[in-house]
Amino acid sequence: MQYMIMTYEEPAAFEARTDTHKSQAYWGAWAAYAQTLQESGVMVGGSGLQPPHAGTTLRLQNGQRQIQDGPYADTKEQLGGYFVIEVPDLDSALDWAARCPAAAGGAVEVRPVLVMG
Amino acid sequence: MVNPFQTVEFVARTSYGRLVAYLAVRSRDLTAAEDALGDAFRAALETWPRDGVPHKPEAWLLAVARRRLIDEARRARVRADAAPALWQLAEQAQADSERDAFPDDRLKLLFICAHPAIAAGARTPLMLQTVLGLDAVRIAGAFLVAPAAMGQRLVRAKAKIRDAAIAFAVPKPRELPARLDSVMEAIYAAYGTGWEDVAGTDPRRRGLAAEAIWLSRLLVGLMPEEPEARGLLALMLHCEARRGARRNPGGAYVPLLEQDVTLWSHSMVEEAEQELARAATHRSIGRYQLEAAIQSVHAQRAVTGRTDWQAVALLYEHLVALTPALGAQVSRAAALAQVSGPAAGLAALEAVAPELTVTYQPYWAVRAHLLARLDRRVEAQEAYTRAIGLSEDTHVRQFLVKELGSVSGSAAVLSNHILR
Repeated sequence: MQYMIMTYEEPAAFEARTDTHKSQAYWGAWAAYAQTLQESGVMVGGSGLQPPHAGTTLRLQNGQRQIQDGPYADTKEQLGGYFVIEVPDLDSALDWAARCPAAAGGAVEVRPVLVMG
Repeated sequence: MVNPFQTVEFVARTSYGRLVAYLAVRSRDLTAAEDALGDAFRAALETWPRDGVPHKPEAWLLAVARRRLIDEARRARVRADAAPALWQLAEQAQADSERDAFPDDRLKLLFICAHPAIAAGARTPLMLQTVLGLDAVRIAGAFLVAPAAMGQRLVRAKAKIRDAAIAFAVPKPRELPARLDSVMEAIYAAYGTGWEDVAGTDPRRRGLAAEAIWLSRLLVGLMPEEPEARGLLALMLHCEARRGARRNPGGAYVPLLEQDVTLWSHSMVEEAEQELARAATHRSIGRYQLEAAIQSVHAQRAVTGRTDWQAVALLYEHLVALTPALGAQVSRAAALAQVSGPAAGLAALEAVAPELTVTYQPYWAVRAHLLARLDRRVEAQEAYTRAIGLSEDTHVRQFLVKELGSVSGSAAVLSNHILR
């Protein structure tokens, strides 16, 4: 079963990415997590994302493109990255979600990947 | 002035399990017993604030629950063959509550919850729900399972008890040891499977520590002649005694060997030692007594200022011989390293089957620590990375990130993986 782990981070976490004092611990934790997914044989793929301010949201209204600067949802925690993993069931996926650095402080959403067949 | 809401809460906390056990053992239907008692508590919340708290709150609740069970039976939802049993229950409960002495059937309930016919993953949750009255959402959170899935798991388990007609009884003597093991395993699982070791650990289900200790005390109270039950209680009390020392004021993780012993709870250590001493009089050693004895050696550091690693290593030898659990094997390796050096510890780790260690965080943490001591830096970095990736606890993760930094000089090496 494939699951997507979506990592939602708080502003402080996005700031930690480039903070001289905090960036090492921040990236160290994420790199270790990604590498562990890989070495445990469950990783299908995934990426970190640029911070939310780099996002652009588009809607078509009456055929007109409405472009909005910024992320889709105006929430405190924002999508910071995603992983797709291959595990037997939801319990295993939740185990991996709990180990994700965003689980404490932010939030992690786990969703089964839709199988089109 | 008695606050009725607090009274309801207090009665729920102290009597819930006893009332459910009493009703379930007699109606042989756990779900019906819980529903009836749930209705009784709801009725209490409605009427006690208005009419005052009854003189015998438990008897009052039992009377309401009993009526609910009978109403249900009348509505013929219950199988016809259960009706006579329910009438009998009604009469018996009436008599018992008038005498103000209804028997404590919680032990039967514990054994039912840990029955081999119940799915292993449902046993601990079932105990927490039926004996302690915890709700499914909280249990699901503690076990990292989606609430809906946990709800289903519990419903299925109760249906199984009813439909398979699992006996609401304390098992026969020859079945008792195995069944008692699963009761204790379930209680220990509620406490948490993570266990402190030299380099850090993966604490899970920490939210249920108090409940687990409560269940453990209950088990000792119900089976006072059972040394392993006391061993389990001693083990958890030792672990719990150190809760205040596991984090420094800044919240950072403090490994056992660096903990400030003045922050340990002396009353809990004291109680643990007493339980262990009483268990020892039976001269029947077991897994929990051994684990408690190991923690007892660690607790001695508060008195002697040192850790007797010889004793710890020896106790782990016994433990691994008795139960080759992964946690015991990893801890044994860590103790061996303290006695005979990191190479010996590493050799013991290498002996563990690799397929077992893939996602076991303590293994990687201990391995990293020993490799670092042997100055095998590259391998230590690899192992620290795995340990960090498997950590659920932020503070443990930060601790390991710092350790990694000290063997690699910087974590930048790793960030390159992601930033490429």
